[in-house]
Amino acid sequence: MAPGFFAAALLVLRKDLAIEAKSREIVYTTLFFAVACVMIFSFAFVKEEGVPVDNAAAGILWIAVAFSGTLALGRTFERERYSETLRALLLAPAGRPAIYMGKLLGMLLMMAATEVVLTPMVAFFFHAPLFARPLLLVALLALGTIGFAAVGTLFAAMLVRTRTRDVLLPILLYPVTIPVIIAGVRGTAALLQSPPEEPVATLWIGLLTAFDVVFITLALWTFEPLMTE
Amino acid sequence: MKKIFVPLTILTAGMFVAAPIMIGMADLESTMLLVQKIFYFHFATWMAMTTAIVVCGLASAIYLFKGSKLADWYAVASAEVVVIFGVFGLFSGSLWGRKAWGVWWQWDARVTMATMIVMVFLGYLMVRKYGGPGSEKLAAAMGIFGAATSPFVYKSVDWWRTIHPQTTVMKTLGEKWPGAWLLVLFCSFAFVFLTVLLLAARVRLEQMRSELDHMYLAAED
Repeated sequence: MAPGFFAAALLVLRKDLAIEAKSREIVYTTLFFAVACVMIFSFAFVKEEGVPVDNAAAGILWIAVAFSGTLALGRTFERERYSETLRALLLAPAGRPAIYMGKLLGMLLMMAATEVVLTPMVAFFFHAPLFARPLLLVALLALGTIGFAAVGTLFAAMLVRTRTRDVLLPILLYPVTIPVIIAGVRGTAALLQSPPEEPVATLWIGLLTAFDVVFITLALWTFEPLMTE
Repeated sequence: MKKIFVPLTILTAGMFVAAPIMIGMADLESTMLLVQKIFYFHFATWMAMTTAIVVCGLASAIYLFKGSKLADWYAVASAEVVVIFGVFGLFSGSLWGRKAWGVWWQWDARVTMATMIVMVFLGYLMVRKYGGPGSEKLAAAMGIFGAATSPFVYKSVDWWRTIHPQTTVMKTLGEKWPGAWLLVLFCSFAFVFLTVLLLAARVRLEQMRSELDHMYLAAED
């Protein structure tokens, strides 16, 4: 019997987590890459007196999230390419949208794991009061990550079949997710002001919510025809 | 499309001949004077770009779900038109900005938005070119998501930066000289008609290409 939508999604998620738990390859490499990103940005955005440029933390945090997220997306689906496991997954008696949802949940967990380390690190290195309004920050990060991963999972999945997937993923993903990056950076920058500008952050959270709803709906809708050869 | 192609070409050509004369005769705007005249074509290119974005999004969706070749041709044609008019709009905007703001490039809302949208549709064309076999489908996804992200880009950039004349130019113009609105509308229609013509010509090209491919295959058999 075919499992229901959420049961199937959770099965896909469990499969991904089981593989990841064995090697921990994606979490470790992505995290290391994110840290390396932050280090490189520190050369660009810390002035000679050792003080970072205003609001640098917000931009650095989000760019590190986006870059490391792209890396994780590429690796997750590269794994599915070996011995054509993605095809096997698509042949499984489960709805295509459920498979997409399972992959998306896996991506979200991995990106969240990176952010849990990354955010305090950025706050620490760049003297940024990121945790002045923890709930708003978590909302921004969560909604932004969902938006980025929703588009990213679909694009990475559909690019598996192409030869140039490594270069095409960022080329397609960044322009489409620009609203997420702008909303994330501006919202976080608003929280870094003293006192934190809560209404501004809330405004961006609203935009991110709308973005997430539209793009998850679109992705669930287009995943099936896109993955049919 | 074939029947109205020639009349529409003549009409559009006529409009493009008339437009500069009408713009030349139009009243000067109170603060920006002569510089403001670039606005008529500048605004019209954005109208053309918006039309092409909508066509690209719809055509991509139809191609993805129905597999209609014609829709795919429309999608690729409109993506190219978006890039052409986007670049033209950025160019005319840059010229205007040089005179009105004193700089060639300003990270203001509309400029940023236009740049980002041009990037989205350049991405579309890149997938098509470098995606290998089956890239039409991948491009269709980019077309749908690109068209869907455009309003978000518009909104987010709007909240981020706003020094661009929102609708103030139009307002002051409209009060002093109501004909300005009509002229803007006239130019917009000229550019939208041009978009339609470009699309039709480009789709015809794709169609002939596809016919040629079939003939090659038939000759080989």
